[in-house]
Amino acid sequence: MIWPIDLAILTLVVVAAISALMVKDLLGASVLFGSYSFMMCLLWSIMGAVDVAFTEASVGAGVSTVLFVAAVFRTTRRTRD
Amino acid sequence: MKIIGLIITVTTGALLFYAAGDFPAWSDPASPASTYLSPHFIEKTMEETSVPNIVTAVLADYRGFDTMFETAVIFSAGVVCFFLLRISRREDEEPETRYYRHVLTGVTIQLKEGHEIPPSADFERIDSMWTPPDLIIKTGCRLLIPFVQLFALYVIAHGHHSPGGGFQGGVILGASVILFAISHDLRTAVRRMSEKLIGILCAAGVLIYAGTGALCLLLKLNFLDYSALAGVLHVDPITARSHGILIVEIGVGIAVLATMIWIYNNISSAGRYRQGL
Repeated sequence: MIWPIDLAILTLVVVAAISALMVKDLLGASVLFGSYSFMMCLLWSIMGAVDVAFTEASVGAGVSTVLFVAAVFRTTRRTRD
Repeated sequence: MKIIGLIITVTTGALLFYAAGDFPAWSDPASPASTYLSPHFIEKTMEETSVPNIVTAVLADYRGFDTMFETAVIFSAGVVCFFLLRISRREDEEPETRYYRHVLTGVTIQLKEGHEIPPSADFERIDSMWTPPDLIIKTGCRLLIPFVQLFALYVIAHGHHSPGGGFQGGVILGASVILFAISHDLRTAVRRMSEKLIGILCAAGVLIYAGTGALCLLLKLNFLDYSALAGVLHVDPITARSHGILIVEIGVGIAVLATMIWIYNNISSAGRYRQGL
């Protein structure tokens, strides 16, 4: 484990997670969530859990981002409630 | 309300941090899990199941029951998406206008109230929002998708030796079909892989997994004890466990593949199966 890389990725995980919550735009939030997943994937692979990292990369960063974007595409700019 | 939520979240987080202090240190050899469980898996997996990747052996063999219900969870996620989002055609606006496009010339025909052209190679049915797919994206995806699918099959089949397995491979296979739906349109993708086929595949994957377990039960051993398959597969019991893991991983892969496409189809078209992304 190389600690500067570890520290940088941990910081990016926190930054990505908080900004995904904070950002107003839903599309931006889903993209940030994808980047959060990818950083988590790097973190798993640093810890030696390659199988979990692979799952995180394919499910978290890959398909779930697509599903989020597909759901955002179906929303409108202003709420209709 | 926001303040109460914040207080609850902060308190839970603080409690979790406090409790995390009681965990054994990372890679501590004296922790309970490392004293008897991990050494057993590390030392015995190769001679008991002949699978070099311990994670795969633990996931699909030692903890096979867990993974079976994980597959069932994925299956129910797909079914729930279907039930919540899918809108049948009858509830739609009644006088339905259909659009057909002549493939060779690009001429679009509008037909009103139930008239339709029988399915042929010359005409394809399109939506009112239809835009021609971009040539570069279309060609690029056509070139890319076979390799993505080949890699997914490799991930499923090579899960015994390298990271990967049914879940990851199934997701990548599903992603390749989703990529096809994005680069063309949803109608084209559904024509290639119909909703009925997706539903059947989704259930078949879980059935393969549970059926393998039940077959072991019928052959007078425990549920999901793949060494019972030795007689059926004509191999020794240790190799039978390895093969049993492969069968189960294929089941997981099929279920995950179908579920990913099913969820995408329902979400991207809001249950109408018309215009995708």
